Amino acid sequence: MIPAAAYTFKILRSDRKRPDERPRFQTYRVKVIPGLTVLAVLMRIRDEIDGTLSFRSSCRSAVCGSCAMVINGRIDLACRTQAASFGTNTIILEPLPNMEVIKDLVVDMTPFWRMYEKVKPYLIRQTADPEKEIEQSEEERSRIDQFVNCILCACCYGACPVIARDPEYLGPAAMAKLERFILDSRDERPEDFLDTVNDEKGVWGCDTVLRCIEACPKDVRPTDSIVNLRKTLVKKKARRLLGIKK
Amino acid sequence: MTALSHDVLIVGGGLAGLRAAVGLCDTYDVALISKVHPIRSHSIAAQGGINAALANNPGGKDDTWEKHAFDTIKGSDYLADQDAVEAMCREAPGIVYEMEHWGCPFSRFPDGSIAQRPFGGAGYPRTCYSTDLTGHVLLNTLYERAVMKGVRVYPEWYVTGLAIDDGVCHGVAAFDLMNGEVVPIAAKATVFATGGYGRVYFYSTNALINTGSGIGIAYKAGVPLKDMEFVQFHPTGLIGTNILMTEACRGEGGYLVNSRGERFMERYAPRAMELAPRDIVSRSIQTEINEGRGFDHPLGTYIKLDLTHLGEQKILAKLPGIRKICIDFIGIDPIREPIPIMPCQHYSMGGIDTNARTETGVPGFFAAGECACVSVHGGNRLGGNSLLETIVFGKTAAGAVDEYLSRRPGAAREEVVLTAARKTEEKMTALVAGGREKTFSLHGELARTMSMNVGIFRERAEMEKALEDIGRIRERYRNVGVSSPARHMNYELMNAIELEFMIEVAHTITHGALLREESRGAHWRRDFPKRDDEKWLRHTIARMSGDGTCGISFRGVTITRYQPMERVY
Repeated sequence: MIPAAAYTFKILRSDRKRPDERPRFQTYRVKVIPGLTVLAVLMRIRDEIDGTLSFRSSCRSAVCGSCAMVINGRIDLACRTQAASFGTNTIILEPLPNMEVIKDLVVDMTPFWRMYEKVKPYLIRQTADPEKEIEQSEEERSRIDQFVNCILCACCYGACPVIARDPEYLGPAAMAKLERFILDSRDERPEDFLDTVNDEKGVWGCDTVLRCIEACPKDVRPTDSIVNLRKTLVKKKARRLLGIKK
Repeated sequence: MTALSHDVLIVGGGLAGLRAAVGLCDTYDVALISKVHPIRSHSIAAQGGINAALANNPGGKDDTWEKHAFDTIKGSDYLADQDAVEAMCREAPGIVYEMEHWGCPFSRFPDGSIAQRPFGGAGYPRTCYSTDLTGHVLLNTLYERAVMKGVRVYPEWYVTGLAIDDGVCHGVAAFDLMNGEVVPIAAKATVFATGGYGRVYFYSTNALINTGSGIGIAYKAGVPLKDMEFVQFHPTGLIGTNILMTEACRGEGGYLVNSRGERFMERYAPRAMELAPRDIVSRSIQTEINEGRGFDHPLGTYIKLDLTHLGEQKILAKLPGIRKICIDFIGIDPIREPIPIMPCQHYSMGGIDTNARTETGVPGFFAAGECACVSVHGGNRLGGNSLLETIVFGKTAAGAVDEYLSRRPGAAREEVVLTAARKTEEKMTALVAGGREKTFSLHGELARTMSMNVGIFRERAEMEKALEDIGRIRERYRNVGVSSPARHMNYELMNAIELEFMIEVAHTITHGALLREESRGAHWRRDFPKRDDEKWLRHTIARMSGDGTCGISFRGVTITRYQPMERVY
């Protein structure tokens, strides 16, 4: 037998369809065996204690990005967070910040996806496709490595202090996605495309306090992408001022 | 209740569904329904790669699509329809190039071409990959393409029933999870790309969403299923969580080791060793465990998947995702320690009976991807062929739907979808008022009996026990109740609806497995340990009878140029 320990889960509950009820913490007491993740405990709570609890989940292996939430004050995926990793038997769960709560731990991700779509998150080509693959060296491919790893879980979006005060700010995930295409040797988007992010709603809005990097469960560094995009824009401007053609 | 209406309705936002949508949205009013946001679909979890005879690997310069077809057919234990396999393998290079042109970031060889690695059951290194995140990059690329083309998506909508009348499909009934409403949707053509049924088993690598309910919905609407008894067990699921440890671990040179320190595959597949097909490797691991050569652990008995000799550099370059999963979920760094694994359910070879054009026999209803059975995988799927199947047949579905609509079928009849939606309403009302049975406990019992009694090794008495269990669970299901009448974001309600279909999926698997008195591919009978081509070189077709029982008929296998022979590796 594996020894189980008693845990207290406090979960912030609310319901968009019941605006008159204030969000409240509900307490659940559960036995937890070592190795059990926060998601596994959530599933047991919904199954065995309270069927009305709402949270998203799918892959339970930290690749689909469904279960981002605030766990004891830290933003992470519930599926990859061990319940025993906090040095306390009390676990507090809250929905991801910066988005409207639909119910309990489920937030409305529409704004996140709207920002994602704004950067034209797809490969743009001008030249005709070759018969076979478009060649790319190993080194060129490795430039986009970390940005390809993004699972669009919105941990960074929830952690970003800029979005908290300006909901029209593009946010870290969208800019990391843009950088993924800008750095891709195959992408041929017009050079002035970057002008669309050349303002306070885009690359210049970032506080560079690295909260997104801290929150990312996949070791992506969105701030790096924002800083790189800034550098590219500055270089472009310098070239223009000095009258240097590309 | 008012019905929505579209030309084409695609159900499922994984690779097959997205590829179908992308192929049709320029010409038709297309809507894609998915019970999770498309980017959360289970395609995202595929790791190792996608097969295509590009001949990029220096060790495979004379690879051809015909060799790919042969490997696939031999891997299938000759149950695959050879014309369909040939079509898929012929299309494979074009599909991979197309995905690359759309932005898919494949790993590269030094000459700038798409990198390819060896995989199980393949005579050539033809698995194209992006480190160990191939499903992730393919799904992102197709979703990006869908965004570019403005495909209309209904995210977090769940289909609850098919609207078939007079043998023609008119659309579906759906449940809008966010708003909690039941919505009838009329469509001239409906494509199911709803994925596999992994969660019918207790030990599965699959996502929690993989209930197979799409397959069960089709079956309950009278659409036949094919070869349901063929269930793939992946050799290497992480102990405890059963998270997939890609075949690429072995493709890159990883060893399987028992408690005596032996690379035991030597005894089972002396030439292919760890890279024998999955059915063979899974049986070998299970045999080692059953005969006491596994390692004991509180979470179960395991075998070691050893990557330590590959070295840090190779692991970081080729298997970074695997390393991260091991560190996050079991606190083991595979650079230093072997990974504890056990075989578990992984893939559904069987599914909705379709031909190679994704047609189901019901006009207006098509199926593609893991929920469908063409069959290109037969008795056992080769690694790297599932991603290929989703995209090839998603594209094929687009072509087939286009052809169907260009023949100008009649308009979808709204009253048929309204009736389907009313049925869902009634069911939800009954579930809310319902009895004391809980979905999770019935689901747990169902999944346990399937893993225990219809697993890697099968025999009559155990499967009869499973059938009894399933019958009892079906009875008890009548008394299932949910806690809350509020429908929005009510996952307990959705799970309760899905369980009805999972029970039927489990039933057809077990029924087919009991009937098939031979051992072929992943279907291994202890009481009939030989392949029997004379009697069983044929597909099983399961159809729900009027009284709710499962009727099985048979259909011959299409053989073109590869005559069945003994399968040794």
